[in-house]
Amino acid sequence: MTVDDSWYLLLSAVLFTIGASGLLVRRNPLVMFMCVELMLNAVNLTFVTFSSVLDDVAGQVVVFFVLVVAAAEVVVGLGIIVAILRRRPNATADDVSLLRG
Amino acid sequence: MIVETVVFAVAAVVILVGAFGVVFSRNPVHSALMLVMTLFGVAVLFVAQGAHFLAAVQVIVYAGAIVVLFLFVIMLLGVDTAENLGTEPLAGQRPAAAVFAVLSVSLLALLGVRAVQVSTGARAVTGSLEDGRPNVAVLAEALFTDYLFAFEVTSVLLVIAVVGAVVMARRPRREPAGDEAAVVPAAGAGSEAA
Repeated sequence: MTVDDSWYLLLSAVLFTIGASGLLVRRNPLVMFMCVELMLNAVNLTFVTFSSVLDDVAGQVVVFFVLVVAAAEVVVGLGIIVAILRRRPNATADDVSLLRG
Repeated sequence: MIVETVVFAVAAVVILVGAFGVVFSRNPVHSALMLVMTLFGVAVLFVAQGAHFLAAVQVIVYAGAIVVLFLFVIMLLGVDTAENLGTEPLAGQRPAAAVFAVLSVSLLALLGVRAVQVSTGARAVTGSLEDGRPNVAVLAEALFTDYLFAFEVTSVLLVIAVVGAVVMARRPRREPAGDEAAVVPAAGAGSEAA
């Protein structure tokens, strides 16, 4: 029994869905960010799988850029979370719906 | 290849357990540690598919930097108290999320499997992977020739992110004059950016 490429895609579909559902269900902004990372990793896995299916290095280059963007996004997002939670501790995503800080 | 199957199965179990742990942990610290588990599993699958450089970068950048950043913020803000997941803030949200999850998995899996079926398997013209050269060399050649402009733009993005993080995380300056004592502790980090 060999590992088909569609198994990787199926796994990454499941991983993406777990991340998306977690993003919708959880209230803690830090955990929501972690769920975004799960979704980004699922997409990265898809890119690497197609890179090996199509025998093209472009998929891996895209994953490289996704990593950089993810790092930048986490830095800015955590800066925002620090600014909000410093002003009011224990704020959830529902409490900051007005963008007033 | 029985080895490949075993590696995939173990990595898949690690990834899924970690992902469910991120979503269902009551403590954010546990979520972050479960996230590390998932990231390691994904790195293993990268190695299994020949993307050795990306696997190393995945471990270094994600597990080494991003998760540590998460943990720093959790510890810094002291929000590592377990939250109560028993109550549902929005009525009917979790059943709706479960329905969404089933639909989403079905749709994405169908898309992926179909896409693999229709691919011709012809060798790529831009950057072929299997001509005997190491993965890092192939990746670097593509990155510094075809994708050079995007690579340079990436550096601009990183600078913007650094400046943005400093501006966001800086303690706001007190408005009335004569309140210098409150400003002094933050001056080292923020005075150049102000």
